[in-house]
Amino acid sequence: MRAFLKLLFRNRLAGMGAVFLAVIVVLALLTPLLPLHPPNEINTANRYLRPLAEGHWLGTDHLGRDLLSRILWGTRLSLAVGFAAALIAAVIGAAIGITAGYAGGRTDNVTMRGVDMLMAFPYILLALAIVAVLGPGLMNALIAVAAVNIPFFARNIRGVTVGIAHKEFVDAARLSGMGHARILFSEVLPNVVPVIVIAMSTTLGWMILETAGLSFLGLGSQPPQADLGSMLGEARSALISAPHTSLVPGAMILLIVMSINLLGDGVRDALDPRLRSGALSRPAAATLVERKQVPAPSSEGLLRIEDLETQFQVGRRDYRAVNGVSLSLEPGECVGLIGESGSGKSVTALSVMGLVASPPGVITGGAVRLDGDDLIGAPYARLRALRGNRVAYIFQDPLSTLHPLYRIGEQLAEAIRVHHPVGRNEAKRRAVQLLVDVRIPNPAQRIRAYPHELSGGMRQRVGIAMALANDPDIIIADEPTTALDVTVQAQILKLLDDLRRSRGLAILFITHDFGVVAQLCDRVAVMYAGRIVEEGPTAEVLEAPAHPYTKRLIACVPELGGGRRRLEAIPGLPPAVDDLPPGCAFAPRCDKAAEACRSGEVALQGQDRRRVRCLFPEPTTEAAQ
Amino acid sequence: MSPAVQTHGLACRFEFGRRLFGPPRALLHALHPTDLAVAPGETLGIVGESGCGKSTLARMLVGLQPPSEGFIEIEGAALNRADPAEFGRRIQYVFQDPVSSLNPRKTIREILEAPLRYLHGMGRAARRARIDEIFGAVRLRPEFLTRYPHEFSGGQAQRIGIARALAASARILVLDEPVSALDVSVQAQVLNLLADLKAEWGLTYLFISHDLAVVEAVSDRIAVLYFGSVVEQGPAERVFAAPRHPYTRLLADSAPQVGRKLGGGAAGELPDPLDPPPGCAFAGRCPLATERCRAERPLLRPVEGDQFAACHHPL
Repeated sequence: MRAFLKLLFRNRLAGMGAVFLAVIVVLALLTPLLPLHPPNEINTANRYLRPLAEGHWLGTDHLGRDLLSRILWGTRLSLAVGFAAALIAAVIGAAIGITAGYAGGRTDNVTMRGVDMLMAFPYILLALAIVAVLGPGLMNALIAVAAVNIPFFARNIRGVTVGIAHKEFVDAARLSGMGHARILFSEVLPNVVPVIVIAMSTTLGWMILETAGLSFLGLGSQPPQADLGSMLGEARSALISAPHTSLVPGAMILLIVMSINLLGDGVRDALDPRLRSGALSRPAAATLVERKQVPAPSSEGLLRIEDLETQFQVGRRDYRAVNGVSLSLEPGECVGLIGESGSGKSVTALSVMGLVASPPGVITGGAVRLDGDDLIGAPYARLRALRGNRVAYIFQDPLSTLHPLYRIGEQLAEAIRVHHPVGRNEAKRRAVQLLVDVRIPNPAQRIRAYPHELSGGMRQRVGIAMALANDPDIIIADEPTTALDVTVQAQILKLLDDLRRSRGLAILFITHDFGVVAQLCDRVAVMYAGRIVEEGPTAEVLEAPAHPYTKRLIACVPELGGGRRRLEAIPGLPPAVDDLPPGCAFAPRCDKAAEACRSGEVALQGQDRRRVRCLFPEPTTEAAQ
Repeated sequence: MSPAVQTHGLACRFEFGRRLFGPPRALLHALHPTDLAVAPGETLGIVGESGCGKSTLARMLVGLQPPSEGFIEIEGAALNRADPAEFGRRIQYVFQDPVSSLNPRKTIREILEAPLRYLHGMGRAARRARIDEIFGAVRLRPEFLTRYPHEFSGGQAQRIGIARALAASARILVLDEPVSALDVSVQAQVLNLLADLKAEWGLTYLFISHDLAVVEAVSDRIAVLYFGSVVEQGPAERVFAAPRHPYTRLLADSAPQVGRKLGGGAAGELPDPLDPPPGCAFAGRCPLATERCRAERPLLRPVEGDQFAACHHPL
């Protein structure tokens, strides 16, 4: 709750709205206790007194009634009616929405089509019709305004409920023996309440306005009872001669509705989980760079990552996702970067082209050199010219990286035309050729397909074709086969291997699967808690792992053909990267850890290609012989 | 002794392109009539790729999905009405995604209490004792009970999911990809815990996964599903070591393995489920397919001992 208020008041406008609304509500609540003229006391001798007149601060109206008193009593009434209408609409609308969304099928269809029909009428017409049937009066206006707003709530809540009703915890509740009614109340409703609150806070002002509108037309509150709408209606005839009689209720409506809307927007922003994570703005086009020093230039390798440090700065915490990673890639080489989730392997890959979302991501150190030129901190135009042109990415889920509304041919052609000034037909011809290269059958027809029309394996082939579009030197593949079935995975791996051999591509392959690394990569680097703990030629690392983490991780992976057995496990969990232990990050889980492991920094040592970050490495092949 | 779980011609069809009135536009066969039997104390591994019907089978086994045909017998009692509450006391389900299977707005204690309250009508003191017992069994600290699901890592959340399944006192667990969302080092912890629990409490498992090596490591018997049918079934040590169905061999060869050359895999993918081929569903990808395979559906039949395959030309 405190965090919520803090977030709410961080938004200045929302804070202002909250303060104004609080003042208005307190005044409205205290109205009966204040020393005011009775609101309906007629004194025709004092008609149309101007504001600041003796005894009447805001003047009087056409019957000589005190405007200050009437505006406060009127506000009280309007607020009460608005809140009541919002509450009624929210309760009934949410009930309809939750039931329809949870039941699904025919119930959902019939209910929602009914709601749609209600929505098809212009709201004011519908409200007028309801009041015409029920007769004028404040209660009937309230009913009309509530009824008109029910569809809005019903539709909103139904959409959210459909998502929740298909969550696994609802299935779990059914298996726990809960009935449908109980699931609705104890499982679904608590997850929908934030949405109801947001919808209420954003429509409350609207409802007060609608009630005022009906009163203005004489269908709401009846004379002499004051509410903001009827006050405006009565003042209409004296708009020119005594403008203050309209200005006072008008200003009050403006204040109430503005403050409620500002507050409502603030509430929505503070409750929205995406905004709560601190990402209030759109990510920048390139990752923010705050480097204290730049490593000395060196010209080795096609792509050389040197001492790269990338952090996520959320609030006062720094999550050190990548913590001094160095890695090089030669032309035509395939290097595997392997690690468990949270080890920083993907962030390393994204940092290369400045693709880590900022905020919260910041590159705080190191360099990434492509042919000797540093890319970290390079101007955006240069990064953009290189992205997809010399360095291309393949991501895990092509369904989310391909645009769902464009045909794959158009997307491939766009990728080509961004970097090469070729005509439409030429781009299309190249797109077809790319699909041939990634062995998609019927390429001439398939370029007209939308991403959802393709299977997962075909989509990933399109993702690879996209990466190949501009004949890059380097492909960074971030778990490209993790979402695929094994038989399709084998096809994709074979394709990548063939492409790299035929085109001399360098591939940085990010994965968590030792089997994949073994089959595809020349060299491998193992990451743990943001650092490389071991690297070397794939066969050597897998056959004789030197770091205890690598050794035990490999032992955890069951191998086909081993029969029924108990698996090795590594007790404990990787450390949180915002609270790394001093010394070796693996020490708390390592059975060889000594005092020295827990204190000093452990360096990555070894000859040139085979290095390990451990004080007590496992015996390697030479030592074993 | 009667089997712990037995299915008799269990099948599931989904209506595709449903209309407000009138028949649907097409029928999608998620699972063709299937007979499976699991002995008490046994682990049956069920393997298959996405779209093979393994999750549909699992959901039918616990009553979350009404079968279109056939029925399920659990511990000798036929259960043909899809009512999870009735199934819940005998057979429970462990979900693939441990975090989304826990309601984010309830504490762990509230989550674990639900089956005790609604399936067994236990009193407050009895519930407390039972939860302490189960929580100890899955090796979690009792102070976790007052926390909310988002505070847990995937491995811990999966243990809570297992604890919930155990709380219902069911002796049969359907484990639907219980470790695929976890990292390998944590995956082994959970698999070992499952093995210990099975030995301690005398449980029967149906272990569903796409990871062949994991299934082989935990199962007594394995059934391989392809396109909604069991294509091969047999003892765990033989199914992948000496596959009799060409699809099983393709699967085993495709699994990435340290010390094996990149296979490349046969070309081709699953047939269109809305327009299934008349004969064997694998014929389009099978190197051994003949005219007969394309015309006539092979049935599951014993090939050697207790190894079964649905193939006209078993290997």
